[in-house]
Amino acid sequence: MLVEISGLTVSFPARQGRHVAVRDVSMTLGTEKLGIVGESGSGKSLTARALLRLLPPAAEATAKALRFDGIDVLAASEKQMGQIRGRRAGLILQDPKFSLNPIMTAGDQIAEAWRNRRKGSRREAREAAIDLLAQVQIRDPRRVADAYPHELSGGMGQRVMIAMMLAPDPELLIADEPTSALDASVQAEILKLMEDLVSRRNMGLMLISHDLPLVGHFCDRVAVMYAGRVVEELAASELAKAQHPYTRALLDCMPSLTHPRPRLPVMVRDPAWLA
Amino acid sequence: MTRHPTVQMLIRLGTTVSSLAITMFGLVLVTFFIGRVIPIDPVLTILGDHARPELVERLRMELGLDKPLPVQFWIYLKNLLQGDLGRSVMTTNRVVDDIRLYFPATVELGTVAMIFATVAGIPLGVLSAVRRNSALDQAVRVFSLVGHSIPIPVLGLGSLLVFYAWLGWAPGTGRVGVGYVGLTPSVTGFLTVDALIAGDTEVFWDAAAHLMLPAGVLAYFSMAYISRMTRAFMIDALAGEYVITARAKGLSPARVIWRHAFGNIAVRLVTVLALTYAGLLEGAVVTEMIFSWPGIGQYLTVSLLNADMNAVIGATLLVGFVYMLLNLFADAAYRILDPRV
Repeated sequence: MLVEISGLTVSFPARQGRHVAVRDVSMTLGTEKLGIVGESGSGKSLTARALLRLLPPAAEATAKALRFDGIDVLAASEKQMGQIRGRRAGLILQDPKFSLNPIMTAGDQIAEAWRNRRKGSRREAREAAIDLLAQVQIRDPRRVADAYPHELSGGMGQRVMIAMMLAPDPELLIADEPTSALDASVQAEILKLMEDLVSRRNMGLMLISHDLPLVGHFCDRVAVMYAGRVVEELAASELAKAQHPYTRALLDCMPSLTHPRPRLPVMVRDPAWLA
Repeated sequence: MTRHPTVQMLIRLGTTVSSLAITMFGLVLVTFFIGRVIPIDPVLTILGDHARPELVERLRMELGLDKPLPVQFWIYLKNLLQGDLGRSVMTTNRVVDDIRLYFPATVELGTVAMIFATVAGIPLGVLSAVRRNSALDQAVRVFSLVGHSIPIPVLGLGSLLVFYAWLGWAPGTGRVGVGYVGLTPSVTGFLTVDALIAGDTEVFWDAAAHLMLPAGVLAYFSMAYISRMTRAFMIDALAGEYVITARAKGLSPARVIWRHAFGNIAVRLVTVLALTYAGLLEGAVVTEMIFSWPGIGQYLTVSLLNADMNAVIGATLLVGFVYMLLNLFADAAYRILDPRV
């Protein structure tokens, strides 16, 4: 199993006691596409970041097991984590406007990721970067390699981000809301691109999103999170048979073109979901 | 409309030069009129209060002070454009020559202080930000807060007391020991450099030793500011998402901190450094007084107290000019360091 999470809890110091943001989360991931869905603050991003040990400094993570390919992430040395991050697992963040370094060219940022794993000359790294840009279907990779992030559109930026994370040939790709900052038409392109690359390279994918239908369409399995817990985990094909009222409510408030309704239902939250 | 890059650059250069000229003109105008309307009569300053009236009248004419103010200003401006700042009443030298004598002393002191402050302040600030709220961070913050809060006279006299009087590690005041004064010909006006040019290592070491205490005092004060700003900028930068990206790429902490986070604050830091340096070149009056350092700050202060207006205006223009140049330099650095500008 590539990823094994069991009983993961992430908490932050609060004015009184601790604020628990992720409670007792368990999930596993192999060479497949796992979607994690939930609203803002449900703990989906923190779960993913805990796996790479990239939590904010104030956060504290405990778990019965938190393993990447058998390596205990919580007990690993910083050096071991350096072997996982950027080499065996990549992370794509939401908005390339913020997640790319504004003062480095796209090509330099990709080349840096490439050189971190393979020791090669500057020129080799640049050629590799251009090749990777072509792989993420950028039409003019040489020009884009010399562009700074502010000169790229959101979709282009996200392609650069994907190219950068694929540079070291990782086994797992974590994508944290990779399309939320993009236009709807670009969203589909980027997802399609990720799907192609992930299946062609036989990687595992953890796709974090707040868009349940999108994740259901795109992933093999879906974990639904609410208030720091996984409330339901099921095969994407069985999303229609979801049991948990929160999942059902989420699905229910989607507008439909085939069965239009004059008024969409509003979710009523049951305090029992928190128990 | 896009223009040819060369044309664009010429336009930018033209804008810069003309704004510089306008600012300088404004500075001359304001300084000149303030200098003329203050209720101190330069003629009486020279001749004394009990001079005979006909003598007073004659000197007033010689100095051109009997003419209307706009005419006086016009004459001053014409001379200024020819590089003539008039004569100092106090030293009886041409102000330009005085500045040539005093300003290098300030530049030498300020530059050494600036190097100390930067070399110590930036790493301390970065380290503080990286280990935020650790014991080290607290120590650095207290250390720099102290540096920024102690009045310079206390720091200056205190350091003289400890390192000169008690420990005997540092030489006393002045730029060089009495026995070495005037041994090397003045080429640049920087004693250390002149000594090296003359090949006189003994004078060089003595001058360098004399620099240490005053430069140390100024450096401590400036370092405090630089490290605090660096820390604040770095905390901001380290919270950026591109830092998470850099870490997710598996880069070493040193590379994440220096290449990615620090690279992004370098632009803002340059402005802080430029203004700090400008502040030092303005002449640290108190420090120069305490260490008998014959710099521009001391020159300006003594001239002001003696109503030596040509000297005051000349020195003020120089300080203003230095500020503008360093601002210009910071702007240029912006363009180089930040691709978005």
